[in-house]
Amino acid sequence: MFDALSRTVAIVGHYGSGKTNLSLNLALALKGQGRRVAIADLDVLNPYFGSGVFKALAEREGLRVITSAYAGSTLDIPALTGRLAACLGGEDTIVIDAGGDGDGSLALGSYAPMITQGEYDLLFVVNFFRALTKTARQAADYLREIETACRLKVTAIANNSNLGEHTTPQDISASIEEAAKLCQITQKPLLFTSMRDDIARQFVRPDNGIFPVKVYPKTPWE
Amino acid sequence: MQRLLMKGNEAIAEAAIKAGCRHFFGYPITPQNEVCAYMSRRMPQVEGVFLQAESEIAAISMVLGASAAGARAMTSSSSPGISLKTEGLSYIAGSDLPALIVNVQRGGPGLGTIQPAQSDYNQATKAPGHGDLRLLVFAPSTVQEMVDCVFETFDLTEKYRMPGMLLCDGLLGQMMEPVIFPEVEVTPSEKPWALTGHGDKRQPNIITSLNLDPELSQSANLARFERYAEIEKTQARAESLMTEDADIVVVAYGACARIARSAVSAARAEGIKAGMLRPITVWPFPTQQILAAGKSAKALLAVEMSMGQMVHDVRTAVQFKKPVHFFGRTGGVVPTPNEVLEQLKIIDGGLKA
Repeated sequence: MFDALSRTVAIVGHYGSGKTNLSLNLALALKGQGRRVAIADLDVLNPYFGSGVFKALAEREGLRVITSAYAGSTLDIPALTGRLAACLGGEDTIVIDAGGDGDGSLALGSYAPMITQGEYDLLFVVNFFRALTKTARQAADYLREIETACRLKVTAIANNSNLGEHTTPQDISASIEEAAKLCQITQKPLLFTSMRDDIARQFVRPDNGIFPVKVYPKTPWE
Repeated sequence: MQRLLMKGNEAIAEAAIKAGCRHFFGYPITPQNEVCAYMSRRMPQVEGVFLQAESEIAAISMVLGASAAGARAMTSSSSPGISLKTEGLSYIAGSDLPALIVNVQRGGPGLGTIQPAQSDYNQATKAPGHGDLRLLVFAPSTVQEMVDCVFETFDLTEKYRMPGMLLCDGLLGQMMEPVIFPEVEVTPSEKPWALTGHGDKRQPNIITSLNLDPELSQSANLARFERYAEIEKTQARAESLMTEDADIVVVAYGACARIARSAVSAARAEGIKAGMLRPITVWPFPTQQILAAGKSAKALLAVEMSMGQMVHDVRTAVQFKKPVHFFGRTGGVVPTPNEVLEQLKIIDGGLKA
């Protein structure tokens, strides 16, 4: 599923589509293929649950983490790090976790001139259970808004539809139909449908487009 | 009915729109920004008004104006921004106008931190602004309850012609949970007092908080406090969990109640008879419910993300007849279920000694 991915993979999407969790899972999967992988936190808008929060976990798992010096400090500062520019185009695979919507993707746009010098993959993450991306048509509007803001073209759709811990296999089946519509409207291929690993185990699907993921964000009462 | 995965902040905004609110005035501040961001996208779709004001004070004053004209109006902010809004809030109360104010609390005092806190409890329940006034305060503890409370607060603020607040915290505002929006037909309440133009057919309505004659000012306050007394009698809400046989009753609201619930379950598993009383309204404070829940209890424990603010209302509720312990974290630090469990063990040990 990921063999064809280039060394620059950026993750974009509507707020709360699950970009950070998916970025972590994707980075770990790529590392599992034997690649050297870095994960870059470009979400300068979300002060609570950006991938900077998972720095310790990512480093424990052998990923390099590229974040601003203020990540995880809860300082509400939209700062970027110079290290990302230094790493782009190098030997490592870099998974870039961008911010949500067009606003959050602007920071990624500042790297567009560098990114477009080589091959890249831009994955548009969608969760059809989010209030503002309930339909393929709504999601397509976000996709176009993000493409404009980050000055890059989405190369594939990642269907990450879920209702948190309440997700059922039926919910995911319904989302796959909507994802097909999104692919049709936008003329982009579907790279995978991701789901929690325990759901993936009870999920039967003829073709092999399933990416089982772990859920890393935890509430304080879990 | 479709389930959606929403952030608390987004759910508040969508619920307000579904409850018929078409006038939102705000000013950005973390951790409530998603309320504004969501409103800015959704309001134009429903032909409503989203307006980012030049300041929090301007925003609450616009709420006053819209409400005076009969609209369901709201604003939202986080702790430092709410402090700025207190002047307008007092004017709204003094003008007998309904309005919804959302506070997604962060740690303080001052600029503090953007992490969650419950340290605006005293402000919300005791001194939401200058003068003799009250604010209806709902304290939801799940994203679904945030939705339900928006509907309820709008209705009650119109029924009693007073401002109401949704007292949340950064944790609830930022976390995502599945929600279902109630399929209700919202019928706008009659507002014969609203400034909609008399058209030479009736006496002009006058809405003001200015009352220069002390006798008249006093009678306006007395009339308001009669309504407050009725609200205290009829609108206090709380959820009770395993309190019937509890030796220790934990009292916690909002996100802290989620933590307390985990701690109470863990305590029960270890043979400690713990229960929980969760205020859903914090003004009116559920005094009777706490008294009832604490009947069999030997001690109570208030858990808050503050230095201890609600704990005083709990002590008053049990008329100082039972020990009311306190455990809190402050400044944006969130207590853990294990820390609360430790407290329960210590109190339980003391009871058995």
